[in-house]
Amino acid sequence: MNLLHVNNVTKSFETGEGTLSVLNGVSLELSSGKSLALTGESGSGKSTLLYLIGGLDVPDEGRIEILGQDIANLDDPQRAALRRGTVGVVFQQFNLIPSLNVAANLSFHARLSGSEDKLWTEHLVHYLGLGSLLDRFPEQLSGGQQQRVAIGRTLAARPALILADEPTGNLDEATADVVMNLLLELVQESGAGLLIVTHSLRLAKRLDHQVNLQAGLIA
Amino acid sequence: MIRAGAHALWSYWARHRLQLAVVIIGLALATGLWTGVQAINAEARASYDRAATTLGQTQFSHITRNDAPLRIKDFVVLRRAGWLVSPLVRGTLRGTGIEVVGFDPFTAPINTTFPDLSGDGDLSKFLSSPGMIFAHPDTVDLLPENVPPVRILETVPPDQILTDVTIAMSLLKRDTLSSILVLGVQPERRLPLVDVNAEYIITEPAQRSDMARLTDSFHLNLTAFGLLSFAVGLFIVYSAIGLAFEQRRVLFRTLRALGLSRCSLMYLLASEALVLATLGGGVGVVLGYIMAAALLPGVAATLSGLYGASVSGSLSLNPFWWLIGFGMAYFGAAVAVSGNLWQMSRLSILAPAMPRAWLVAGANTARLQAIVGSFLILLSLLLGIFGESLIAGFACLATMLLGAALLVPLALMSIVSLLSRSSRGVISQWIWADTRQQIQPMSLALMALMLALAANVGVSTMVGSFRSTFTGWLDQRLASDLYITTRTSAEAVAFQEFVSADVESILPIVSADVRLAGSPGQVFGIKDHEIYRAQWPLLESVPDVWDRVAQGDGILVNEQLARREQLWTGNTLQVAADFQFEIVGVYSDYGNPAGQAFINYEIFEKRYPDITPLRFALNADNPSYLRDKIVAEFGLPRDNTINQQEVKAFSMQVFEQTFLITNALNVLTLGVAGFALWASLTTVAGMRLPQVAPVWALGFTRKSISVIEMSRSLLLAALTAVLAIPIGLGLAWILLAIVNVRAFGWRLPIEFFPWDWAQLFIWAFLAAALAAAMPMRKLMKLPPSDLLKVFANER
Repeated sequence: MNLLHVNNVTKSFETGEGTLSVLNGVSLELSSGKSLALTGESGSGKSTLLYLIGGLDVPDEGRIEILGQDIANLDDPQRAALRRGTVGVVFQQFNLIPSLNVAANLSFHARLSGSEDKLWTEHLVHYLGLGSLLDRFPEQLSGGQQQRVAIGRTLAARPALILADEPTGNLDEATADVVMNLLLELVQESGAGLLIVTHSLRLAKRLDHQVNLQAGLIA
Repeated sequence: MIRAGAHALWSYWARHRLQLAVVIIGLALATGLWTGVQAINAEARASYDRAATTLGQTQFSHITRNDAPLRIKDFVVLRRAGWLVSPLVRGTLRGTGIEVVGFDPFTAPINTTFPDLSGDGDLSKFLSSPGMIFAHPDTVDLLPENVPPVRILETVPPDQILTDVTIAMSLLKRDTLSSILVLGVQPERRLPLVDVNAEYIITEPAQRSDMARLTDSFHLNLTAFGLLSFAVGLFIVYSAIGLAFEQRRVLFRTLRALGLSRCSLMYLLASEALVLATLGGGVGVVLGYIMAAALLPGVAATLSGLYGASVSGSLSLNPFWWLIGFGMAYFGAAVAVSGNLWQMSRLSILAPAMPRAWLVAGANTARLQAIVGSFLILLSLLLGIFGESLIAGFACLATMLLGAALLVPLALMSIVSLLSRSSRGVISQWIWADTRQQIQPMSLALMALMLALAANVGVSTMVGSFRSTFTGWLDQRLASDLYITTRTSAEAVAFQEFVSADVESILPIVSADVRLAGSPGQVFGIKDHEIYRAQWPLLESVPDVWDRVAQGDGILVNEQLARREQLWTGNTLQVAADFQFEIVGVYSDYGNPAGQAFINYEIFEKRYPDITPLRFALNADNPSYLRDKIVAEFGLPRDNTINQQEVKAFSMQVFEQTFLITNALNVLTLGVAGFALWASLTTVAGMRLPQVAPVWALGFTRKSISVIEMSRSLLLAALTAVLAIPIGLGLAWILLAIVNVRAFGWRLPIEFFPWDWAQLFIWAFLAAALAAAMPMRKLMKLPPSDLLKVFANER
């Protein structure tokens, strides 16, 4: 059974100038332990597809199955449960919780899903080099440090599918490489599937599969 | 460049119309409540001044007699001695509350507002029977039927009539003058006053009218409330303008980066504040006028009931308070903007766009706020301990309230930190942490809410303590069953004989207007009786107080006189040069602004032989029967026969009316605070998205986040209400133990009314729920696409 099965998904938005079709029948698959890079120009629908897979939005048509479950027809609480337990999202803007310190941010998602594993979290802290930053608050961290916390937060919950939206887009090249290495190593270690939205072909080449989106269709 | 900059700044308001409305409404509410109160005060003071001008009180010296009331013969004696004087009679027309002013048209000073009688036949009609009276149009309908013909004159103050001096005496059923006015320029060849009669006393014209002085504290009270409302409104403006600065920081950086100088940007922002203040001030002045027009009749009734002051119930437009209203709006806007401008002027060109820089600046502000708050509380304590004037009392109040308000964020932060320690769950930990972070952005609205709630607790505690003490005091003071006023001395003698068989006691009530320690007051003569000994509300006394009064060598004084002149038991009070007594007791005398003293009845009779008792207090087994019997025998009007219950009911009515305006302002202030909370939650809701979106993405539903947001608002409102209770009690204590003593001269014991607090708590809860309902609904209905924008690269 595939971890992720996307079949003929469409999505459009109403704008002031009429209906804007963003996805026009996209299909793709991903197995556990594998990684996939979703590339494409700005406005090609990469992030929209990622949000649909993450249960953050619903498609107009088509099926999105995660571990065999069609998430397109889930209601709001069921989608929230999916985000808590099955999917983990790493954002470009990091989106840490500003009122919590690094330690609390790291364990937040895992505690929400009821899957907190202190040893695993400690391992992540060590691996991500966050040991000296645990008492700090997000606004006291650099971009690279914040993204490491965001990755740690997602991995600590041990989701089956990790979605990352331009995870290194706000970082310089050297920091981006460090962060990516950590992400790939840890994903491999956890056995999760990884789907990354990126503009970087260099980064995309490091993943198992690449899919290029153009005008809402797989090229 | 300036024009382009201005356009860029104003485009923000065009896209944030709700926020613009909040700023303008905030300024309008603040200035509206303030100008409304000022309009009421100005109208009342204008009425006092009109009345005082009529009586020549603030223009001419007066002559009174030390040993007896003045009569027409005294006026004649003075004229013969070469003095240019004019007689004046004033008194209240029985059963109406209308003040009768009698003057002599031949000698009355021309600069006063006495009517012009130079018209054809006017003078003869005025002087010849049945005479003529002048009255304000509003007063005409209130006059009884048996008065002389009325001529309407707009310049006569409401509730006052002007007539010839002899007709005034006839209407008032008396043969004495109130005073004799001494005209401005006197002939050089006149006898010195002391040679005319050694008992004559000349009093210089008052700087201000008696009424103005008596009602000062009432108006100061109103002003204080107006200022409190202004402060609460200011919090709204401060909060909204602060938010506008916060949200435009990227724009400021861009404008600066594009070449707009720091000075130009500050100039533009100051101009923007000026325009906002003009708009808000304009709306506020109109609101103030509407509010004043609605409240003025109530205030007029209060002043009339409390002080007998006559105030027109209709409002006139006065450009002065319009200007004051705009001035306050500009001041409010300046206060709201200056802090942000100052902060911006100190940050570097790129700093305005860096959240951390603003956060640090915000943290510094919070620290400064806590320091200033602590300092103000300390200052309040010092003012309470060492201050002596009424102004110092109000300053004590203001510094306590402001200091406490400034400490609210710190107190809430500490309480939330304490509560969060016991939380174990991930959600509760996040909620507490997030709540702590929300306190600072919401602090201004919470401070405004705390001020309004504390004012409510304080004022309701004060009024409750007042009511409870006043009711008990009335029971003591109004111990007799029936109070009878006879019309003549002869009737009084006949009355006493008539009732003697039916009553347990008959106590005359007799008084003389005197000057006690230099101020106008009254001295009463009382008969030694068990009722006084058992019930009179003495605050302090010598052991044999009633024996001393009965022997005629002791005097009782009211608390007002004792506190004002520092005349307590053991001191000597001089009623006249050769008429002095040792003070043997001090009694409470709530609601009476003037000094009062009680001496033995026989001593009073000897000193004031011309004053015979017309009023009597009776104690009888069946007061209703006795009352009917007296009315049947003497044909006394109903107003002249009052039973104890009626007096108590009337006194309580006056009392309730006294606080009518206070209650109205209380409700308005709470309403303004509710608006502040709503404005704050609504505007902050937009800024909350980046904080709640990650939580939503991690597995919360919008509904659960909305419920948490609502719970947070309710929790903060509830904690603020809890904080407001001790602050409100402190406010009540300052009002009762400091302000009241300095304003009215008497002190009340404080009492607690937990049920009132519970009700207020519920109101605060409801206000917070209402304020949070709209932002909560908005969040619940927010499309996921809006939440996703938080994660979008272009955000």
